[in-house]
Amino acid sequence: MAVAEGAEPISLKEAERPRSTPIADAWRLFRRNKASLVALGTIITIVFIAITASLWTRLGLLDARTGVDAMHTINPVNQAQQDSYPDPGVCARDNQDRNPYWCGWLSGDALASVQDTYCFRDEPVADQRQWCYLLGGDSQGKDWLTQTVYGAQVSLSVGFLGATMSLIVGLIYGVTAGFYGGRIDNLMMRIVDFMYGIPYLVLVILLQVFFTEIAREYQDQERGGVVGFVLDLNKDMGGLLFLFIALGSLSWIGMARLARGQVLSYREKEFVEAARAVGASNRRIIFVHLLPNIMGPLIVSETLAIPGYIFTEAFLSFIGLGVQPGTPSWGAMISEVRTRGGFFSNRHILLVPSIALVMTTLAFNFLGDGLRDALDPRLRGT
Amino acid sequence: MSQAMPSAQTLPQRADGKERRVLVEVTDLKKHFPIRSGILIQREVAAVKAVDGVSFQIFQGETLGLVGESGCGKSTTGRTILQLYRPTSGSVKFEGQEISTLKGEELRKMRRKMQMVFQDPYASLNPRMSVGRIVAEPLVVHNIGNRKERDERVAELLELVGLNPYFVNRYPHEFSGGQRQRIGLARSLALNPSFIVADEPISALDVSIQAQVVNLLQRLQNELGLTYLFIAHDLSMVRHLCDRVAVMYLGKIVEIAESEELYTNPLHPYTQALLSAVPVPDPVVEERRQRIILKGDVPSPINPPKGCNFNTRCPVAVDVCYDQDPELVEVLPDHWVACHRVI
Repeated sequence: MAVAEGAEPISLKEAERPRSTPIADAWRLFRRNKASLVALGTIITIVFIAITASLWTRLGLLDARTGVDAMHTINPVNQAQQDSYPDPGVCARDNQDRNPYWCGWLSGDALASVQDTYCFRDEPVADQRQWCYLLGGDSQGKDWLTQTVYGAQVSLSVGFLGATMSLIVGLIYGVTAGFYGGRIDNLMMRIVDFMYGIPYLVLVILLQVFFTEIAREYQDQERGGVVGFVLDLNKDMGGLLFLFIALGSLSWIGMARLARGQVLSYREKEFVEAARAVGASNRRIIFVHLLPNIMGPLIVSETLAIPGYIFTEAFLSFIGLGVQPGTPSWGAMISEVRTRGGFFSNRHILLVPSIALVMTTLAFNFLGDGLRDALDPRLRGT
Repeated sequence: MSQAMPSAQTLPQRADGKERRVLVEVTDLKKHFPIRSGILIQREVAAVKAVDGVSFQIFQGETLGLVGESGCGKSTTGRTILQLYRPTSGSVKFEGQEISTLKGEELRKMRRKMQMVFQDPYASLNPRMSVGRIVAEPLVVHNIGNRKERDERVAELLELVGLNPYFVNRYPHEFSGGQRQRIGLARSLALNPSFIVADEPISALDVSIQAQVVNLLQRLQNELGLTYLFIAHDLSMVRHLCDRVAVMYLGKIVEIAESEELYTNPLHPYTQALLSAVPVPDPVVEERRQRIILKGDVPSPINPPKGCNFNTRCPVAVDVCYDQDPELVEVLPDHWVACHRVI
């Protein structure tokens, strides 16, 4: 008689049915939220396009990323140079006259009506380079679609890296404070309180100004040592390294508070005490018992913070303190409206990067919402 | 191992002459939780005297019940014995060895021999771990056996507590309260302990399940020769389960006696009041049952009254009670009371 009184008999068949693990449960809950499923699909698509952007360039579907290769003769075919922005759908020649590809589709009256505006009367020499602006372009002849796709690389890496960095730093800081408690906790949290008093955007701008100044100072000097290495690295990353440092300088404090609170709420749970009672080490308690339980809300909060990082990057690039000039970025693209005729005559200048920005941030917000349903079920519907 | 030498004191004779071996000996145990104040530099402004000088012995193979109202320090006593809280002062000896000063690896080894069962079956199992991992955790922590041996041991333990070994891959949320409590019990048995502190293991369960778990505890005690410290506030369950019962009030033990003796002949006014609150399942007796209603509330453990802790509510307090703290004395064989009025 090994089975205790009153234990429910369980048939083997029932016991063998596939069990639900916490991850499977989370996925089941996540799937219920249709908006977040769409958002997840959107994000995967955007990430895929951004990662494979150079492939599209090689295939000729996108223009080159930056530099002279990305710029074409601005004046569209036959068009008088009223303003310097190629409209969406317009093709440009590269110092050579050439009809847009669709001129061949037209015939008779149709051709006559667009002649002299878009198409030449005589078919120009074939085999000349030209570029068609699907979503228009800017005054320098950069293709706006290409810039948007490459700008996604910047925005996504800022979003993901900013979130990851703030999660890691905040998690280590908050878990240390919450777990060890007492004096350590008190001191660490006072530091966080102090940092909360610093205006975020002002600090980020000041840091960017500081980095720019340093870069300028070292411009003409023989580079070497750590500073030279960091400056070179930053240049290779198109200015993103300093942006990460500036963004990460304060973004972790909210995460640290959240992580600490989570640890405090789980630290006194009986299962943690049970682990102590069997002699588990602090390391084991943190990594096996606390982290898996507190990660859910932290990931949700970090996902919901990603739009913030993307916006901050766009803002900094807009005011010219973000990525280096020439690096494609949605913020820098939007700032193009400040040039003459950018706002009223050429809506695509503003609309294309803005729509990309809004779509991405909305997708992350909905994703965060779905993740909250899945990972933090107590907060559902809030 | 000179500490482990049995002395006359650690081998008291039972009333009926049978020899008993002391497994756990607690002497003048105190646990004060400091209250700190200040923004950066914190000073200790006061202390919650959760356990304030408790002494008792637990004999091999017996069940000692620890009863008292909420906040009297029962759970703290249990946790301090297991060194989950380090005592402020006093000594805890396990098999004659002082454990309140043990640290690190020595303490970890000691933990194999004493385990805990928790009150809330919903909070005592990690929701992110499968049952197999939960039960195997003590084995993993103490590096016992390889994977296969652990799996076998887990299956054996689950069977021992009346659960199907096929449950290993399930997660705690798939179980009822009673089943979860069995899982917790299996975990605490994994290291073959000889002493288990059961901290209100049944108070979170409904009555029909309570009986199952209590029967399981008794069966395990018989099969494995376990010793229990059973913390509870359900007095009739304590009477059913425990060999001896200790009554706590405001961080101190006021009375300790054999179970039947305590229930039939309570001597301390607090014990009398406590027992008078137990309903009797007999309408005739119940009709005549005289309830002793204590006036007032339990004083704050931050600032306990001078003299006897119970003097603020005691119906029979005299001058000496407001002046001197009564000692726990053996007034009858194996019946210890801390009251000036009983001697």
